[in-house]
Amino acid sequence: MSKRIGLEASHAAAEAARMADVDVIAAYPITPQTHIPERLAEMVANGELNAAYIPVESEHSAMSTCVGAAAVGARTFTATAGPGLEYMHNVLYVASAMRLPVIMTVANRALSAPLSIWGDHSDAMSVRDTGWIQVFCQNSQEAFDMTLWAFRVGEDAGVLLPVMVHFDGFHLTHVTEPVILPEQEEVDKFLPKFHYPFALDPDKPMTLGAYAPPDIYSEAKIAQEVALRKSKDVVIKGFEEFKNIFGRCYHAVEPYGMQEAKTLLLTMGSFSETAKVVIDERTNRGESIGLINLRLWRPFPFKELRQAVKGAETLIVFDRCISFGGPGGPVHSEIKSALYNMPRRPKVVSFVGGLGGRDVSMKDFEHVIDRGREIAENGSKGLYETVGIRGKVTDIRG
Amino acid sequence: MQGQYIKFGKNLVTTEEFLAEGHTFCTGCGEALALRLACKALGRNVIIANATGCTEVCTSPLPVTSWRVPWIHTLFENTAATISGIEAGLKILMKKGTIPERDIKCVAVAGDGGTSDIGIQALSGALERNHDFLYLCFDNEAYMNTGIQRSSATPYGASTTTAPAGKLSIGQTTWKKNLPEIAVAHNIPYVATACPSYPFDLMNKVKKGGDIKGPAYVHIFSPCPTGWRHDTDLAIEIGRLAVETGIFPLYEVENGRYKLNVDRPKLKPVEEYLKTQGRFRHLLDEEIERIQEHVNEEYAKLKAKVAHSTT
Repeated sequence: MSKRIGLEASHAAAEAARMADVDVIAAYPITPQTHIPERLAEMVANGELNAAYIPVESEHSAMSTCVGAAAVGARTFTATAGPGLEYMHNVLYVASAMRLPVIMTVANRALSAPLSIWGDHSDAMSVRDTGWIQVFCQNSQEAFDMTLWAFRVGEDAGVLLPVMVHFDGFHLTHVTEPVILPEQEEVDKFLPKFHYPFALDPDKPMTLGAYAPPDIYSEAKIAQEVALRKSKDVVIKGFEEFKNIFGRCYHAVEPYGMQEAKTLLLTMGSFSETAKVVIDERTNRGESIGLINLRLWRPFPFKELRQAVKGAETLIVFDRCISFGGPGGPVHSEIKSALYNMPRRPKVVSFVGGLGGRDVSMKDFEHVIDRGREIAENGSKGLYETVGIRGKVTDIRG
Repeated sequence: MQGQYIKFGKNLVTTEEFLAEGHTFCTGCGEALALRLACKALGRNVIIANATGCTEVCTSPLPVTSWRVPWIHTLFENTAATISGIEAGLKILMKKGTIPERDIKCVAVAGDGGTSDIGIQALSGALERNHDFLYLCFDNEAYMNTGIQRSSATPYGASTTTAPAGKLSIGQTTWKKNLPEIAVAHNIPYVATACPSYPFDLMNKVKKGGDIKGPAYVHIFSPCPTGWRHDTDLAIEIGRLAVETGIFPLYEVENGRYKLNVDRPKLKPVEEYLKTQGRFRHLLDEEIERIQEHVNEEYAKLKAKVAHSTT
């Protein structure tokens, strides 16, 4: 029998790693990720988890150690946040290009300067081109579910790619919510033992990470690109298998509220739950409005997104990250680009807010929806608008 | 303690080559020779993690490889962290019964830049965490792979492309960072210096470092004809001169106790070493004198540690 207990997203992710019976954890403490490695270290110290916990001296070494461990065939897990993710940036490319399925939870955090330990999505966006599979969670239950699912997908023999599971710093990492924990048997049914086919072994000497002259590099990178895009089939299959065993149902793109609504709001992570309350109220009043919770960020779910927005007139995208000097929020830019060649497409409006842990309330979502519709109808002087910034904000023009 | 280790000597070295021919090291490279000997000392039950640098580039151009043992390269600065993961991964997989128990030596290979500059944090972390691994630093005293740029291991007075000798400069104006001493400061069981001019000594140290439980660090002097501007047939002679002048003394520190492996009653003047290489050609007598004084002082400090260790 599965049990329902109160857990914060951090401890839920740690539970998932424990139930996945990870072999190696290498992590460096950074707020708001700390509760994840702390809990895992405690499990190892108490004998609840038979794993090597390596308290490395930096995030750069955390990911490098994970790369080494995965290369000998160990099931490998780590966690980080904001600046920590930036510090391991270089190694992220290595993990994906060398097809090492390291699983990492990211407690999304703003980037310095000014220093902020609080949440936004600047860290996640800065690593979108590193070749990792990336998913976002709305709550603690999803932090557990997606972490477990990440092992299933990343380690699949047809995938062998690292996976990042994102959940918002503090808004999720430090908030206790009810979480249903499955039985170990169910987990074992869902997640087979990890078998890495290219493990370093003196009996079968292999050279991993050789360098590529110009006549090979391009082929290597295209092969990697094809592998990441192909992984979407397993991503989807993983969601289905998850539903069959645990009953909870996830999708790459998750529409909510009225079907074929004229106005759609698109959010990622914990914002989606707040937005849903606003959407519920408005649909109850008969408004033609819906929400899209974008769960899968990489590989980007083009087909699913186009399907989800095809009847809409306005699509309002709410980013938690600035793309400095760019065309608007990064999620918004990608969505615009994904829809550009559709014969009929909604107008796409960009908002940026919730930076560095700034709360975005229901009232803010009301504003975003109303103002978003206005912009879709009458246009706007700026490329995007901000939410909840004090004082007069100059139009952000291109 | 030493008796338990196989001693290498004449006719006691395997004819097997783990570093295959066809690599692209420069003619007369001291590092290539040292690496080949180190691999022979370690045998086939190893996993090598290699930092970016000459060794990596000269042995692994896709689609070919010179490595007959399992080998991995990830980045420049993280080799000690990569080997940490390899070591911890193997250990837990054996403990859990996922792979059979066996003795696999985990060896990190890096140059002086990858060790004393960009990789020092990862190295310090791995030494401090007490992983069971051997770290081999092949010290050719500059970033040779990228074109002879200075590192913190470049000796005082050497001319490099980023600290060139000129009207206003003697080249490198700082003293060489003492990496073996930094390793010793981590209280690890074994630290040694080696040089391919003393091949059996080098092999014995590498073997010992691989066999010892816990972290071991061997710093290998690697003459570089291209970067040091010496004739390609001089690597062995120059290595020997470095030892005989006291510029690069051969010693071991086992559980904190120092031992000099080559102890000459009288050191040769440093000038004999310096004059063999183009990188020192610009040095005037007064600079050579400064270097001599520094070497005398450092050598005396080392001797004092050796003396202290025997009391």
